[in-house]
Amino acid sequence: MPQLTCEKLTLGYEGKTVVSDLSFAVNAGEYLCIVGENGSGKSTLMKTILNLKTPISGKIVTDSGFATTEIGYMPQQTAAQKDFPASVREVVRSGCLNRVGLRPFFTRAEKQLAEDNMQKLGIDHLAKRCYRELSGGQQQRVLLARALCATRKILLLDEPAAGLDPNATAEMYEVIASLNKGGTTIIMISHDIEASVRYASHILHIGKGSSVFFGTKEDYVDRGGYGA
Amino acid sequence: MTDIIDRLAFYFSFTFVQYAIIVGVLIALCSSLLGVTLVLKRFSFIGDGLSHVAFGAIAIAAAFSLTNQFIVVLPVTIISAILLLRTGQNTNIKGDAALAMISVSALGIGYLILNVFSASANLAGDVCTALFGSISILTLSTTDVWLSIVLSVLVIAVFLLFYHKIFSVTFDEDFSTATGTRAKTYNFILAIVIAVIISLAINLVGALLISALVIFPALSAMRVFRSFKSVTICSVIFSMVCAALGIVISILAGTPVGSTIVAVDIVGFAIFSLIGFIVKRG
Ligand SMILES: Nc1ncnc2c1ncn2[C@@H]1O[C@H](COP(=O)(O)OP(=O)(O)O)[C@@H](O)[C@H]1O
Ligand SMILES: [Mg+2]
Repeated sequence: MPQLTCEKLTLGYEGKTVVSDLSFAVNAGEYLCIVGENGSGKSTLMKTILNLKTPISGKIVTDSGFATTEIGYMPQQTAAQKDFPASVREVVRSGCLNRVGLRPFFTRAEKQLAEDNMQKLGIDHLAKRCYRELSGGQQQRVLLARALCATRKILLLDEPAAGLDPNATAEMYEVIASLNKGGTTIIMISHDIEASVRYASHILHIGKGSSVFFGTKEDYVDRGGYGA
Repeated sequence: MTDIIDRLAFYFSFTFVQYAIIVGVLIALCSSLLGVTLVLKRFSFIGDGLSHVAFGAIAIAAAFSLTNQFIVVLPVTIISAILLLRTGQNTNIKGDAALAMISVSALGIGYLILNVFSASANLAGDVCTALFGSISILTLSTTDVWLSIVLSVLVIAVFLLFYHKIFSVTFDEDFSTATGTRAKTYNFILAIVIAVIISLAINLVGALLISALVIFPALSAMRVFRSFKSVTICSVIFSMVCAALGIVISILAGTPVGSTIVAVDIVGFAIFSLIGFIVKRG
């Protein structure tokens, strides 16, 4: 059974349809890239998969791997509380919260996990800095580090490369690819079709006028990408 | 100077003065603990509306000549908090207007009830007390004192138990919910805690000045500090120091407790703003 199956999903806000008739499935260990123009409904789809939104119609079936304790999520740069006083370390550690249950504190292992992930993304020197005073690219890496702390089986990323310079982008793709090699399922929204085709196993293309492609990366390339 | 110290020593030899300080400082501690969260989630706005509802509840208690107003104020405020949270979450004009409607209604009806039903000879004094706090916190009954202590300990315990979750939910609701920290549950807990704080603080500073106890410590700390932990610790200390100073000054000068504390808070805010400005420049 796939980890995630979406059947005939229709998504939208207040009755206004954004995407209709989406069907696809993701198996454990796969790497799905969701591509499409701005405003085509990619973020909306991810929020629906995460149960933050209810679909207008259609069905989402998930297996036990999709429990909130197994998921890491990196939102598209949110309007994260403008004046919020939070250090980078505090934000990254909050990613460990899905492991702690009702325990009121973090264990040493959880704190170490946060430190390791900061190091992995090259933000360990920023640990004490205030999140809101960082550059856009630095904030992206903080949010990714937080997502990595939360991930055990599945990682969902909403345009993780937005605002990163080419070097940081390449490094980030490598971090994600190595997680995927270790067995983590990846679902990533991306603008970068070239990188998507390089790393992904499957592509979901949401086009204008509800033209949707879903299939393996090879099929996608054979069709010339956009044709679906 | 020795004269002032002598007078203070004299006042502090009375247990009811000691109680007043203890209760005052505890209330200041509780109201500042959640300040950052409440300010950033726009709950401070809801808190303001709630305090007016609490005023209405006091009016009802007074009309029925209940000696312990707490029995009415606490449940009414908790229920209103939960209801307001539903409308207040979507921060749109409609929600704001609904909140404003509820709070002015509570004020108006409360005053009406007091006027029509109150048997008290000193109506204006009663109203003033409910709005701006007791002229002197020294009138606290022992029940008030114990209730304040128990509820304060509860508020502090809830905060410590859920500290990390409150941080996460305040910082990013979507991420928290997606990873299993249900934002709705914690918003619900927060609503109840605000209601408890308001019911407590109404004794000290009155309905109109409660927001000051929540807002000033958090905003002052945020001028200087940059992490959630340091801001939280700083606002708690700020709030307790201001409350203690305010109470002492009000005893010495014979000024109303609530407004004296707020005045000290304002001075503290000015000082912290200055420090923040200098630190940024330097
Ligand atoms: N909270 C919202 N309320 C109403 N409409 C929204 C909301 N968020 C997004 N939309 C609309 O839904 C469409 C899809 O948005 P989104 O999923 O963010 O697109 P993408 O992530 O593919 O760029 C857009 O037309 C946008 O205007
Ligand atoms: Mg998007």
